[in-house]
Amino acid sequence: MATVRELSRYVRSKGAGPFWVTIEIFCETKENYEKIKNSKNLTKEKIAKLYGTDANKAKMFYADNIMVIKFSYPRANPSGYSYEYDMHNGQQYVRLLDVVV
Amino acid sequence: MKSCKILMPSGGLGAGINMEAFENGLAMKPDVIAADAGSTDSGPAYLAKGMSKNSRATLKYDLKACVVGAKRLGIPLFIGSCGTCGSDNMVDEFADIVQEIFGEEGLTGKIAKVYSEQNPEVLKAKWDDGKIHALEGAPAATRDTLDECVRIVAVMGVEPFMKAYEEGADIVLCGRTTDTAIMAAMPIKMGCNVAAAWHGAKTVECGAQCTDNPTSKCVFLTVDEEGFLVTPLMPNVHCTPYTVAAHLLYENSDPYRLMEPSGTIVTNDAVYTQFDEQSVYVTGTKFAHAKQYTMKLEGAAIAGYQNISIVGITDPKVMADPDKWIKNISGYMNNYMGKLGICKDDYSYEFKAYGYNAVIPGPVPAGTPAPREIGILFTVTAKTQELANQVAKIFNPYLLHFPADINEQKKGQLPTFAFPFSPVDCPRGATYEFKLYHVVDVDDPLELIRFEYINIR
Repeated sequence: MATVRELSRYVRSKGAGPFWVTIEIFCETKENYEKIKNSKNLTKEKIAKLYGTDANKAKMFYADNIMVIKFSYPRANPSGYSYEYDMHNGQQYVRLLDVVV
Repeated sequence: MKSCKILMPSGGLGAGINMEAFENGLAMKPDVIAADAGSTDSGPAYLAKGMSKNSRATLKYDLKACVVGAKRLGIPLFIGSCGTCGSDNMVDEFADIVQEIFGEEGLTGKIAKVYSEQNPEVLKAKWDDGKIHALEGAPAATRDTLDECVRIVAVMGVEPFMKAYEEGADIVLCGRTTDTAIMAAMPIKMGCNVAAAWHGAKTVECGAQCTDNPTSKCVFLTVDEEGFLVTPLMPNVHCTPYTVAAHLLYENSDPYRLMEPSGTIVTNDAVYTQFDEQSVYVTGTKFAHAKQYTMKLEGAAIAGYQNISIVGITDPKVMADPDKWIKNISGYMNNYMGKLGICKDDYSYEFKAYGYNAVIPGPVPAGTPAPREIGILFTVTAKTQELANQVAKIFNPYLLHFPADINEQKKGQLPTFAFPFSPVDCPRGATYEFKLYHVVDVDDPLELIRFEYINIR
């Protein structure tokens, strides 16, 4: 059972302005890209649940030309709020790494 | 065929310029040097305080390279979002630095200061006219929110750069602009393909992030009537269709529709072609002109006053379940604070257990081993700084001694945890919050903008 960590080339997360977060999974091969893209554990709904956000407000993109899966969701609190835990959201991608594809 | 060449010195002015790459860019005879000095990435305090995240020394170092380079070639320099937040005082600060550089280098020229800070009264009138609209994901805001904000800036497009340039300014220092407008202004002014200008600008807005070596910082953009060409400026650094297309995903929620004041960049049909060993040429981008010109508003308000304490814990009993310790001390203290008559509505607090679950909050996955030690960051937020300080002092002895097991206390065996500082608590001043993710309709792109010029002969 391979994980995102094993099947991806690079995963990153970042704030997209103070009110959104975006996460990208970059793949090396078409085969791995298709596995991740079609995984039942990596649907928009499943990823939204992992990040505690509403799937209806989240956005999912499949950039077939460059083999990237992109997931964007609104932040629960704007960046830099009183109890911020990750200003740039640059560490939040780690939550995805051990998801079994 | 019309074409415009743009030298982009770095992804963020003040973060350093690769001078070798920059010189290579100057040798390619650009029509303009365009640099972004701003971002909301570092949070709301910079906007609220009118403060740059960069030191004056690094800003001056980078600005000097840009000013001297532009003057050597006799081309304009466009800077957007001066001082991280693009506040009026930061535009003035940049103008001061540029004047210092003029003085030191014996230069002359016309500096434009372009301001986009907003008067809440003007915005309230816009609100009443139904001309302020929430963007997707915006926080709840009312007319009063406009007054609550310490500072509001409107995010400018390409027009203020064009206007200042038409007025003869060769150093244009703008308040808050979109990242892309800074690079898109000159090619649009020169009659190049509008969609290509915007998409090209988006591609180079983070400097060499669109190449296979982001540390090379500088990149070169050429926009013509059909498309745009992006070229790295160091040997052995490459743009490929992959790196250029992939950069489009960076830091945005939708990579195929990017909103600008005058319309939307639509990239679905963009075609990326390797032009030579280092460069990529892009065509097929569309620009959907908006019926209504809009400017995004950024506003930050005070959310309270904070005090922080740090304590290190390696006690095995606490390490066995750090969340339980936090839950127990919180329950105990809530009760105690009530007895002291401090109203719970006037303050809040939070424990972050670094080394455990501070960065990814919530329960740790089953099977996670106990940490060897954790750093507790204890943050109080209160209505006043004095109250925040008092709450921190009330917590102080408990941060030092609160046991993992309440039965220990009964046996008189209190642990003592590890404080790094004296005094323990640290008043942090105001904490701020972004309050607006809205756009305002304007009748003219320059309606909410003010210009001042400095002639140095």
